Amino acid sequence: MSQMADVAEWPAPDPGAAPMAKMIIAQAGLEARTLLRNGEQLLLTLIIPVLLLTAFSVDDLVKLGSGPRARVDFLVPGVIALAVLSTAFTSQAIATGFERRYGVLKRLGSTPLSRGGLIGAKTVTVVAIEAAQALILLGVGLALGWRPHAGAAAALWVVLLVLAGTAAFSGLALLLAGTMRAEATLAVANLVYLLLLGAGGIIFPLAKFPAAARPVLTLLPSGALSDGLHAVLQHAAGLPARDLAVLAVWAAIGIALAARLFRWE
Amino acid sequence: MAARGSGGRPPDQHGQGQQSSHVAAASTLASVSETAAAVEICDLVKRYGHTAAVDGLSLRARRAAVTAVLGPNGAGKTTTIEICEGYRRPDAGTVKVLGLDPVSGARALRPRVGVMLQSGGIPPAVRPGEYLGVLARFHARPLDPAWLLDRLGLTGSARTPVKRLSGGQQQRVSLAAAVIGRPELVFLDEPTAGLDPQARHATWNLIAGLRTAGASVILTTHHMDEAEQLADHVAIVDHGRLVAEGTPSELTGTAGQVRFRAEAGLDVEALLAALPVGTAAKESPAGHYLVEVHDRVDPRLVAAVTAWCAEHGVLAQELRIESRTLEDVFLELTGRELRS
Repeated sequence: MSQMADVAEWPAPDPGAAPMAKMIIAQAGLEARTLLRNGEQLLLTLIIPVLLLTAFSVDDLVKLGSGPRARVDFLVPGVIALAVLSTAFTSQAIATGFERRYGVLKRLGSTPLSRGGLIGAKTVTVVAIEAAQALILLGVGLALGWRPHAGAAAALWVVLLVLAGTAAFSGLALLLAGTMRAEATLAVANLVYLLLLGAGGIIFPLAKFPAAARPVLTLLPSGALSDGLHAVLQHAAGLPARDLAVLAVWAAIGIALAARLFRWE
Repeated sequence: MAARGSGGRPPDQHGQGQQSSHVAAASTLASVSETAAAVEICDLVKRYGHTAAVDGLSLRARRAAVTAVLGPNGAGKTTTIEICEGYRRPDAGTVKVLGLDPVSGARALRPRVGVMLQSGGIPPAVRPGEYLGVLARFHARPLDPAWLLDRLGLTGSARTPVKRLSGGQQQRVSLAAAVIGRPELVFLDEPTAGLDPQARHATWNLIAGLRTAGASVILTTHHMDEAEQLADHVAIVDHGRLVAEGTPSELTGTAGQVRFRAEAGLDVEALLAALPVGTAAKESPAGHYLVEVHDRVDPRLVAAVTAWCAEHGVLAQELRIESRTLEDVFLELTGRELRS
């Protein structure tokens, strides 16, 4: 092709933004594909929860002190809380921290996708990944003999708890990723994951902690989420109002601080 | 200079159905283009701490034209461009992009303005094909990603993660991302830095194509030949101020020069005495001689130089007749000392 032909063939400018929903779906698809290709993220969001659920159900490694049925009944609500923690908090914080570091967020700032649209895309991605995690974990749980001891409205309470937990963890993830260096975000996000895995009522029942520590632990987002899920799925409780309220407060604080302090570059 | 956005539009990338809408869009743009400059900067100031990165810069970039912003490192080029892109706010002065404020008008401007940052901003794990596909879906009537990749010689790398591409390939992905939405105005911050000659020519072709199609392009560059080849308008910036502007030929002027090499230490005054009035001559560096005239070099000047050399037994080697280059003008205006 000659240079002149190239020049003559270029299409005239014809700018215009796509509808917001289309942009959000396109961006969410990209984020989900990126996450699924990333080995470490997949380990965190899927492999570790499935392994914990399987290993601790089959053998009484953490001295749950009961039969296999009771163990899996305790573990399923816990690993669902863990799945939310890993996807909405750890994985999202690390991914966003590195996007900020590589100038990806800055670059996206000059496209028609607004910041609100980008947050929307991240939310869609997180919720979609959580839905996939829930399907897999519930399937593994059922295969291991899990039977929910739940009232009729349990499905609704579970969805509410997961959404409130997602909002709380997402706010904290963006606060972390938007204010610290990417390496620091990586370290803190993994550390918090480990701490909450241990002290969030996920593997070790909160009842095993000293009485003085319990109220504090149920005020943490992971404690509130796992406490609510246990109540609904293991003990057939009704609306987990206190745990939902705790998560809502964390969500309000995290999102407000992130909105104020997040630096895009 | 070549034509502005012309009527008869070339083949459509998505099918024949949209051909008429291209023509309609082009003519709408043409009527709007009379109302505001692509970019209008007035007395812009931006300070970082005590140093003013931009210090009273004024600049106007026409529509449907390529404006090149030249300047040494640290001259304030990137800061100025990033203010135009809405990334930074000025401390003083005004900036209008397509007639709008870059910050308050950001929502309206984002679809209309394409941006290529100096440091990529492409997710490292993403593949060029899927990345452009996603960006295309942000726009109403985008270019076909496959066509664009082909244009930039990236078809073979469409499925390779960006982090595994060469620097030059990454630059081209970044360029493609800036133009996929068919913007009216494109900011390119050093688009050819680190490119091999083939990639540089592909980039030049793309920029020339955009201009011919009626888009406005603002680019920064360190390559004087790039500005000379592509730009309708050149702005030279130093220490955060505009030091010169004009078309490349206005800046280089009509001044001509004769250069040659010979033994060091010739009597330049004697040479000058033998030349027509209005001529300047100097030795710089040692052994390199430069004879300048305000007008084009004519045959009599060349004859006078060589006759003087013959008389004095001087063999003039590498004798060249040149006009002043943009690089000469640039170095004259911004100095020859190195910038840190």
